Order: sequence, then structure tokens, then C-alpha cells
Amino acid sequence: MSKQAPVHQGRLKTPFYSRLEKLDFVNEWHQWKGYSSADSLYCSDTEYFAIRNATAVFDLTPMTKYRISGPDALDYLNRLVTRDMAKIKPGRVAYAVWCDDQGQVIDDGTIFHLREGEYRLCSQERHFAWLQAAAIGFDVSITHETDNIAALAVQGPTSFSTLNNMGFEGLADLKPFGLMHVDFQGSELMISRTGFTGDLGYELWIDPDKAEALWDALFEAGKLYGIRAIGTDALELSRIEAGFLAAYMEFLPADETVRTGRSRSPLELGLEWLVDFKKPNFNGRRALAEEKRKGSTWRLVKLDIEGNKTAHHSYIFGQEKTNKPAIGFITSAAWSPVCKQNIALGTVRAPRGMPGDTVWVEIYYQREMHWNRHMAKATVVDKPFWFPPRRGATPPGPF
Amino acid sequence: MTDQYDAIIVGAGHNGLVCSALLARAGKRVLVLEANEQVGGAAITREFADGYSVSACAHLLYQLQPAVRKDLKLSPRLACEDMTTIALGENGKHLRIEDKRIEGVNKEDADHYREFRKRMTRFADLLRKFLNKPPPRLGTKEFKDLATLAQLGLDLRMLGKDEMRAFLRLIGMNIYDEVTERFENPLLRGAISLDAVLGTHLGPRSPNTIMTYLYRQAGDHGRNGIPAGGMGSVSNELAHVARSEGATIRTGIPVKRIIVENGRVTGVETETGDRFDSFTVISNADPKRTIMDLVGVKHVETGFTRRIHNLRAKGNAAKLHLALDGLPKFAGLSKKDLAERIVIAPDENYVERAFNPAKYGESSPAPVVELTFPSLRDETMAPTGKHVMSAVVQYAPYDLKGGWTDDAKAAFEKVVIDTIARYAPDIASRVTASELLTPVDIEREFHISGGHWHHAELTLDQFMFVRPVSSSAQYSMPLEGLYLCGAGTHPGGGVSGAAGRNAAKTILGREAAA
Repeated sequence: MSKQAPVHQGRLKTPFYSRLEKLDFVNEWHQWKGYSSADSLYCSDTEYFAIRNATAVFDLTPMTKYRISGPDALDYLNRLVTRDMAKIKPGRVAYAVWCDDQGQVIDDGTIFHLREGEYRLCSQERHFAWLQAAAIGFDVSITHETDNIAALAVQGPTSFSTLNNMGFEGLADLKPFGLMHVDFQGSELMISRTGFTGDLGYELWIDPDKAEALWDALFEAGKLYGIRAIGTDALELSRIEAGFLAAYMEFLPADETVRTGRSRSPLELGLEWLVDFKKPNFNGRRALAEEKRKGSTWRLVKLDIEGNKTAHHSYIFGQEKTNKPAIGFITSAAWSPVCKQNIALGTVRAPRGMPGDTVWVEIYYQREMHWNRHMAKATVVDKPFWFPPRRGATPPGPF
Repeated sequence: MTDQYDAIIVGAGHNGLVCSALLARAGKRVLVLEANEQVGGAAITREFADGYSVSACAHLLYQLQPAVRKDLKLSPRLACEDMTTIALGENGKHLRIEDKRIEGVNKEDADHYREFRKRMTRFADLLRKFLNKPPPRLGTKEFKDLATLAQLGLDLRMLGKDEMRAFLRLIGMNIYDEVTERFENPLLRGAISLDAVLGTHLGPRSPNTIMTYLYRQAGDHGRNGIPAGGMGSVSNELAHVARSEGATIRTGIPVKRIIVENGRVTGVETETGDRFDSFTVISNADPKRTIMDLVGVKHVETGFTRRIHNLRAKGNAAKLHLALDGLPKFAGLSKKDLAERIVIAPDENYVERAFNPAKYGESSPAPVVELTFPSLRDETMAPTGKHVMSAVVQYAPYDLKGGWTDDAKAAFEKVVIDTIARYAPDIASRVTASELLTPVDIEREFHISGGHWHHAELTLDQFMFVRPVSSSAQYSMPLEGLYLCGAGTHPGGGVSGAAGRNAAKTILGREAAA
């Protein structure tokens, strides 16, 4: 009998897997871009409260990361994304969105200006083909470095105290959307004041060889600050509270849509503040200028809904009792423990959904097998549901 | 130095000249800037050896659109209007092919040929209608686009049910299947195959080579003419018409870049640093050169850049010019016969085999040749008693493995002369000077990226609504003020003038609508 060839590992484990595994009680994992990622490690509610009340640690290694450098890096990024990247100095991070020629969103993400002319772009989805196409005619190099960097999100009110306890000098002065480089056991550790929870928080970026050592040092430092590892379920709840968008939830990447009208423009996602029409050219500019002139089709709304029944997958209507078709639908919904609010993100037909407007959400819920339906009144709100002062405070207060 | 114009045209190729004449007639202040010393682009006559002149790239006139002739009241002086095509065979048994009749084949083939030509002429007439108007944009609700689309549909339907079906079936098919199904005579099969693939990177078995065959017929029903004084005389006449309409044409002024300011075109800058201002810049250059080099991708979007970057535009036709101290002796041909169009394409498989190596970056060891002796029609081309030969030779791929070095060129030239010598053994002894233009030379001399006749391969995925690329089919580029008017746009290359005329009509139409 011939010798069987070794089977290549099907699902990748992040450099933090050995540590996560020890903390895992429920064995609930899913696949995130080829990596195993935990939904939850022991109890998603407890994990959520770590985000809002203590320090939560989330393994974000599978997040897509590209290094962009070269003489034309700034020109390249300025054509790629809708906002003006010239304003993002070294040591700063920008939330950005990028579109196709039709002005439809391909993805959103963060761009880290690591050093003069050297950038890292992070996003949920993979975009190498598009980034390569965008590089035609530019003197830039684009490297996919997802697997070369281990990354952790350290989020919550005591996150500053935890990291400060590790002795990183200058951390107190790090402003939101700032980044700094420090030494960690002879390796360079990048700390950015960024996150996906809408709270005070940081993200740590390091060589995978130092991943376990960093984890251990972090958990040692956070012992007295309630540090806990969390999975994606808890993160998802906090991201809805913060009003952040997620690909495949609030929008479909434009290159993944088949039917016209199923993608969204930045203007339709409430991201007009990210679109700088003063730039003479960027991908989607012509189409977006036209959309601005003619008006958008859709509008993203944040909804504060009466009652406590979560509005998963609900239709949104203009009136409580109506024969007219729905004006939109819910894309993400949750009961927010910290806000004590029934909240949701949704998409409605413009010009409906201005802040302050009342709309009606058709909620179905099951009680003892039987289904119930009720029309819940909802108010369109302008601000994120959760935006604590500590998120923007520099220096952040100790806890 | 700055100067404000209503329109600046980059390149005085024949399409640029047609466009400039029509715009100037409409009262526009038009400036045409040509990099070379002569107008005409690839439609010029020039000396290649002491006393010997030749049409340097395009050498036969068969496609000049009647609509262009009429609009500009052109009457090119022709040394010959309708050449017979002589397909060379072994032992002097050649075919003489004319529009409607053919000599040297059996009765069945002759009948089939008549039928074939009748149908092809009908289809070519239909195609001609398509070629002479800007293609409609698909998916818009604008009346003009819908009306043009409806008209195209109606024209197609007017063929009758059966013929419409035949047209739609044939347009994507290859010429190989059609000729092998219809004809017995290999020379006839070969000659028709050659007509279908001349100037393209396609073999007879490549898809849509019936479309390219029809394209060739869509000007003058396939009649091949030789302009008196060479192809340059056509360009000179066009330049004369354009100037008399009021256009300014300046030669020897290469444009370095098309200036973009605040997201729109504002003029051009020349190699010498002069600046000319205009809010409308029309490029007669090919799409790649225009977007990638002259404009710069920074000013256009990624999806569009990618499509332009991926445009297939690598030439595969070379041009061989020979200065001869006397006419070579072809077995079975008289001196008078040599004044006709002579083709070496003994059968359809020969043509396909000639194409095979080109797919892998090698030139043909047994090339197909279309050759003419223009000096027999026009004595001004060579010193008294001497002659010139002008030949289109395929296949000579643009990206030849190892590059078109002097050695590679010399070797290919020898292959071509040896190929001709199979029919005219004394040709080599008659040659006193020669010039071989590979696609790389054509690129350099005429500034055509890839050295392709059509600026972009003539295939269905780069035709009509999607030429040069989708979302820019109506001559207007996705950058305010920038237009194309060359062969890379609808309908394509050849000395036809259709692209230049369509572009001018589009630009004037837009202005009227605004």
C-alpha cells in the first residue's frame, strides 16, 4: 500500500490558539477567512460585560492586512479611498471606505500610516485583486501580510490601566486613531488606539513568534482589571451599540453583488463625511457626485425601537397600519444591555429615515412555539447608541 | 506660450483629420498636433530607399467609408480602383478572384462563390450601417440610445427571418468552418481565410473571423484600390479639406501629456514644453497610450484603468518593402498580372499553421503574404524602369520571444523572401534595398501601442458597444473633456474614417444637447 500523503491543515490556527484553547469551555468556533475564530469561549453575555466594564481581549489575527508602500503610496491611496489621505500623518489611523467606478462600496476598513509613506490597510474581507488592479500605473508595492502579524484587540474601560501596567511609555498621550511603536521583549509592538467596540480600547500588533509571550504578559498585567478573552458574539453586540457597519450585514461588497441595486454607496451608508469631493479624482467620484446631485436611493438608519423584542430580519414600514409596501428592512438588531434599549441598524428608501422620523418595525417573535407579530414604533436616531466620554478622553482615566 | 482652442486633436492620423475637418466645419477652433513630420499617421507615403517610395503601413484602400467621402466631398485619385486578387498556386496554376466571379475553379465552387459573395455583400452592407454611427449605450433610458438600438434591431430584422438568423449565427463564427463547408478549391479557401485575418492576431479558426471578413468588406465591398501617390495622398487630401474648413494642423509637435486640472481636461503640453489650452481634447492615439501615458491613470478610476490595461492590442502583421532593379518573374503570371493583388495562402490550414507559432511568441516559418507592386500602377513610386514591392506579412508577433533584434528581423525577412521565391525564384537577385517593419517598428514609427492595425484587437468582446472597453463606447472617456477618435474606438481600424466621423458627430451632438 502506498504511503498516504499528509493532509494539509484545513483550518488555520492563530498564534494565540494555544492560549484561547485553555480558556475555551463551550467549543463554539466558526471559520473567519481560513482561521478558526471563537464565537464564544464560556458565556457571550459575560464576555460582553468584559467589554463594557473591564478589559476584553479579542484575537483579530484573521483580519485582512495589506502593507502598502512605495513612492506613489499616498497618490495610490488617495485614488483608492474616498477621503483625503494627505491629512492622515504618520502615526495616525484613518477609517476609510473604498468604492468601484460606480461609487458602490467594496469595503470599509482602517488605514494605518505606520511611518512616512508606509501604510497598512485592514479590512474584514480580502481585496488583493482590487488593490492590484488599482496599482496599475502606480509605483507602489502591496503585500498581503495577514499571516505575518498577530493582532489583539484590548477593549474596555480598564484597557488603558491594563496596558499601562505593562509599562508602555507614552501610552497615556496616545489619542484616538493614533498609533505608536514600543519595544516588547526585543520585538517591535505596534499599539493603536482603535477598535470595533465603540469604547476605550487599543489594538496590539506583533510578530507571531512573540504572540504567546504578549498574551501571557497582557493577562498577567490585567489580572486586577478583570481581563477576559472574548469571542465574536460579544464583539458583534458591542459593534451594533457603537453603530459600526459590517460587510455582509449593512452592505454587500459591490464586487460580490449580482443584481443591480443590491450594493450601497457611501452616501447611502451615512458615510458622506468620508467622501471628499474636493479631491479631483478617486474611484467612484463621478458616480457619487451624480448621486449627490440626483439624490440617493437608500439611507442607513439607526433605530431606537419600543419594547424589548429584538427586530431581527424585520421589515420597516412608514405607518403602523398600511397597505403600502415596506420602506426598508433591518440589517442588524440587538437588545443593548448597557443602553437598556432595543436597537437596530437598517436600510430604508430615501428620503425616508431622517433623524427624528418615526417608522414602524414589524417584529415576529415566538413564545411557547406560537408565533406573535407586533408593529413596534421606532425612532431614527442620529448618534451612536453607545459613545462613552472615556472613548475620546486623552489621557484616558485609570480604573 | 498658451493658446485657447475649442478642441485639440492629438495626432493627425486619418481619423484625426476627418474629425478635425468636421469640427472645423461646425465653426470650432480646432488645433491638430502631429508628432511626425507628415500628416496621416499610419496612412502615409514615404521613401524607404533612394528614389523608392511606398505606402509605409496601410497600402490598399478598401475601406474608406462612403459616408466619409460624401461628408467631406473626398475624391481620392486612384491609380487603380479594383484589383483582382491572384491566389498563387503550385506550378503556375493560380486563381483569379474578383468580386462576383472567379477563374480557375470548378463550376460548383464558382456557383458557391457567387452565392457566398451575395450573402456577404448583404451582410457587409448591414454592418456598414452599424459602423457609421456611434454605438448606442446599453442600459440607458435616453431616447437617442434607445432609438439607435431600435434602428439596429430593425435593420437586422429587415434582412428577413432566415437571413437574420444566418447573420447572427455567422457573426461569431470562424471563417475556417465556412470556407471548408462551402468550397473545394484550397486556394480559394486560403485566399478568403487570409482576407479574414489580415491585420489581426487571429487565425482562420479563431472565433469571429467571419465578422473580421465582413468588416473588411464593409467599406467598398472588398474592392481594393491603390491611391495615386500612395496612401499619403489620401491623408494629404484630408488635411487639405480640414485646413480649408479652418482647422490648424501642426506637424513635428509630439504631445507629451494631456493636462488634467481639477478633474477635467484643460489642454495639452508638448515635448518642448509648450502648452495649448482647450476644454476638449480628442485623442487620435490608441486607448492605451492615451490613458496610460498621455493622461496618466491617476486621473481615471480603477475599473476603467484595468479594462484599458487588459485591452488586447498586440499586432501580428509586418510590412516588407523591397526596392527592385527589375520585376521578378512569377511562374504563370504576366507583367500585367503583377499589377494586381497577389496573395500567398495556399489553403486554410496553411494560414492556421502560419498563425500557430505566433500564439507562442514565434514568427511564422511559412508566412502568409499579401503583395503588390505599386510602381506598376504609379510610376512615381520608383525610378524609371525600377520597381517597389509592398507586402503585408503574417505572422510576426509583437512580443517575439527574444525580441525583434536585427538578427531576428534579418532572419524573418529571409523567410518571407524565400516564401515568395517559391513562386518567383529570381526575386532575391532583384532586391537592391529592403525594409521590414515589424509591429515593434510600427509602434515606434506610428506611435501605436503594440503596433496593431486596429489599435485594439477586432473581436466581438472589443466591438461595438464595448469598444475600446465597456462604459466608454461613445468616444467620450470617463474624464471630462477627453475623447478618443482613433481606430481603438468603434468601429475599428483600416483607412475608413468612420471612427473620426462618428467621434465628431458625437461631440457636436453632445454640445447641441447641452
